Amino acid sequence: MTDIVERPQGVASRGAALGVHATEEAQKRLKRRYASEWRFRAYGLTAILISITALAVLLWSIVGQGYTAFTATTMSLTVTVDPALADPGGKRAQDDLRTGDFQGIARAGLRSVFPDVKERSDLRALYTILSNGASDAIRDRVLDNPALIGQQITVRIPVASDYDMYAKGFAAKTPKGGESRLSPKQIAWFETLKADGKIHSSFNIWFLTSGDSRQPELAGVGGAIIGSLLTLAITLAIAFPLGVMAAVYLEEFAPKNRWTDLIEVNINNLAAVPSIVFGLLGLAVFLNVFGLPRSAPVVGGVVLALMSLPIIIIASRASLRAVPPSIRQAALGLGASRVQVVTHHVLPLAMPGILTGTILSMAHALGETAPLLMIGMVAFIVDIPSGATQAATVLPVQIYLWADSPERGFVEKTSAAIMVLLAFLLAMNAIAIFLRKKFERKW
Amino acid sequence: MLATDTQTAAAPHAAHGKRVKMKATEVEVYYSEKRALNKINLDVREHEVTALIGPSGCGKSTFLRTMNRMNDVIDGCRMAGKILLDQQDIYDPNIDVVQLRARVGMVFQKPNPFPKSIYDNVAYGPRIHGLVRSREETDAVVQKSLERAGLWKEVKDRLHEGGTSLSGGQQQRLCIARAIAVDPEVILMDEPCSALDPIATAKIEELIDELRTNYTIVIVTHSMQQAARVSQRTAFFHLGDLVEVGDTAQIFTNPNDERTQGYITGRFG
Amino acid sequence: MSNEHIVSSFDEELRALHKSIMQMGGLVEAQIAQSMQAMGRRDSQLASAVVANDAQVDVLHHEIDEQVVRMLALRQPMASDLRTVVASLRIATDLERIGDYAANIAKRTLALNVSPSVKPASGVLRMGKIVQSIVNDVLDAYAERNAERADAIRARDTEVDELYTSIFRELLTYMMEDPRNITACTHVLFMSKNLERIGDHATNIAETIYYIVRGKVPDDERLKGDLSSMTAMTATGETYVADSKGN
Repeated sequence: MTDIVERPQGVASRGAALGVHATEEAQKRLKRRYASEWRFRAYGLTAILISITALAVLLWSIVGQGYTAFTATTMSLTVTVDPALADPGGKRAQDDLRTGDFQGIARAGLRSVFPDVKERSDLRALYTILSNGASDAIRDRVLDNPALIGQQITVRIPVASDYDMYAKGFAAKTPKGGESRLSPKQIAWFETLKADGKIHSSFNIWFLTSGDSRQPELAGVGGAIIGSLLTLAITLAIAFPLGVMAAVYLEEFAPKNRWTDLIEVNINNLAAVPSIVFGLLGLAVFLNVFGLPRSAPVVGGVVLALMSLPIIIIASRASLRAVPPSIRQAALGLGASRVQVVTHHVLPLAMPGILTGTILSMAHALGETAPLLMIGMVAFIVDIPSGATQAATVLPVQIYLWADSPERGFVEKTSAAIMVLLAFLLAMNAIAIFLRKKFERKW
Repeated sequence: MLATDTQTAAAPHAAHGKRVKMKATEVEVYYSEKRALNKINLDVREHEVTALIGPSGCGKSTFLRTMNRMNDVIDGCRMAGKILLDQQDIYDPNIDVVQLRARVGMVFQKPNPFPKSIYDNVAYGPRIHGLVRSREETDAVVQKSLERAGLWKEVKDRLHEGGTSLSGGQQQRLCIARAIAVDPEVILMDEPCSALDPIATAKIEELIDELRTNYTIVIVTHSMQQAARVSQRTAFFHLGDLVEVGDTAQIFTNPNDERTQGYITGRFG
Repeated sequence: MSNEHIVSSFDEELRALHKSIMQMGGLVEAQIAQSMQAMGRRDSQLASAVVANDAQVDVLHHEIDEQVVRMLALRQPMASDLRTVVASLRIATDLERIGDYAANIAKRTLALNVSPSVKPASGVLRMGKIVQSIVNDVLDAYAERNAERADAIRARDTEVDELYTSIFRELLTYMMEDPRNITACTHVLFMSKNLERIGDHATNIAETIYYIVRGKVPDDERLKGDLSSMTAMTATGETYVADSKGN
């Protein structure tokens, strides 16, 4: 203000020779303007740097902790499938075979490697190297081919988590910061096996394919991935058509009056409701009133659909509104009916935006934990679900469960599961960006 | 001499008794409670270009849009009075608005081709109205419409490229081709050249003059020169009133009303 | 409606055009007056000055031409503006013709001054007075944009025409009486014809003024008082005026 007031006087005193924009003062003013402009940009850049740093730290800590979970320490073990242990009944029936003492076979195999170990307590200590997965591996081989009974076979079995941790170099640091969990004897045995070339490190396929387990070395996110996919499929199947239709009606057909205003306000509020409330709703309505199964993806899907519905409606309305009115007028002017205008022109043009919004809300739903806790999807589920009504868990809940587990082996599993989740989110966002770029139209 | 020209120009129309294609009687339009048009009476004669001029917000566009009921879609827009298309009230409940818009086509201010191919742009109208049954028929209609719009030579080798890839003037001619593909009787144009350069404008004006032989045209324009160049009759709107309507030559050399005079000589306000 | 254009420079140009017309009108008026004075006083010097001054009229005419073309191209005048601009062009042309006639009278004065005076010259001076007042009135009407006044002027041309017809007959008689008068009489005849033409151009200007104001030409056909073109002289020395049917 003062500048404006003072300027005429300044001009008068300096005479007509120099314009207001050619004086030294003007140069100073200009310098000040550029300086403040530069500062503004610097603030922005700083903000971006801070966020990048935060993101980098987060990723570093997750990847740093989790990448080891993608390798597994395994052991080659040659065992003799003792018919007495594998099939005490001798009928070779599948059901009988399933109940055979394959862990005993594995132990026998291990004893044969270390014939010196005789002491009972030493044997017990030796057996700890075998994971529960050992018996499963042998059983699977035998079930596939019962003729192996009585023969000598070599299996590759995962070592128990403590040894796995030792192999990966975490032995000294137990999660609770206490003593090492392995005795020097156990370490010596493990080193012997390693020296014999019986210990391998390989890509941990179990982690991606198997379900949860109490044993960290056997636990995988396979069940959680399937559970998440089933849940998301149901969410998408419900929320997408409902959301798009609601948005189309509200945006293109509904009269603008108090009722539609009210609905709009409610939709916006719904988008801001804490997700746990949707979980409570699911618990109260779907489980208690309709009696749907607990922990099932179908309930989780419906609850997440309710949660993402307002987001999809809002995103869809925004992209419908972004379709220029001139397109609607052009079609109307040609004699298209209002439904034709929407289905022929507006909806196809808005689709990339709608899909982007939908995918982002799906990504949001994928990362959601709270409402699923309320409907029991937090249960410990070992089996990989084969249908939407079976008990299942989802990735974020799995992460939550593992993060709570005390075993050192679950620390890396937790981080690895987060990495899997992030990979999924990244893929979904990439699809969203791809769709937006591909179908982006200019008018 | 100008005045005598006006009279001789006016005489043949009167003598031949050009048929009235559309007739507005006591038309009033309200947006919510605000009155946008006051008792408009206007005859649109067949095979003539009628230009609607007037300052912004005078109601000329509103009036144009009542003529094919494009105002129907605006919330709170109310209309009173009658608009006859060939003696038939277009606001009659028996009139289907979709059918009406096929008979009274519209071209908008900003070229607004659909983001589809040139071919599909033109074929869209005939397709939704079921005017074409086979691919050959569609091809024929597309070609004929583009020819009439003077665009065929320029686009015949790239019919399947996007309509939005054309230049502004070509886009507007594409929109005109799209409108005439439905074979309307009346074409309404809402400032069709306001977004175009003078050369493109000249082409559109030439096109309008050619189209006059087959269609009846009503054009809203902000450019008085354009109204003078393309129209046979000019109607001057001001503050929702139809102040004056007459032969274009008369309006531009010797308007009867003070307000018309003030507007066209640039003395308003 | 205000009388000012939104674009004020357009108003300035219109004012400048008006000023040019008034200037040209004043000059032409002076030319007529001086040529008549030169004739009445047989003042060859003044007559020469009038002839020389005609160049100034032509220069003004050119200027107005340019102003008009410029405005048509740059301002695209409409309605009353268009009429004003186009009418200015026509008025300037009429004034230029009037100027030419005045100069022609001055030239003939130079010729007359070397021969003895003829009697009907006094009638020409009277005619000159009337024509001068008409031109004066027309310019006033233009300055006021007064359609009624312009319309009234049209009637006065009849007076000039009638006077011209009578001078015409008088001169015919003189020439028949004494063929030595023929040279002088022919000059006087042309001078009176020039004055009659000036009257016609003044009437044209009056009509143009009417058109500027009203947007149309006056309805009624102008009365023609000039019957000389239908006048013949019989062998017996009687003058005879044919009617429009040729009788």
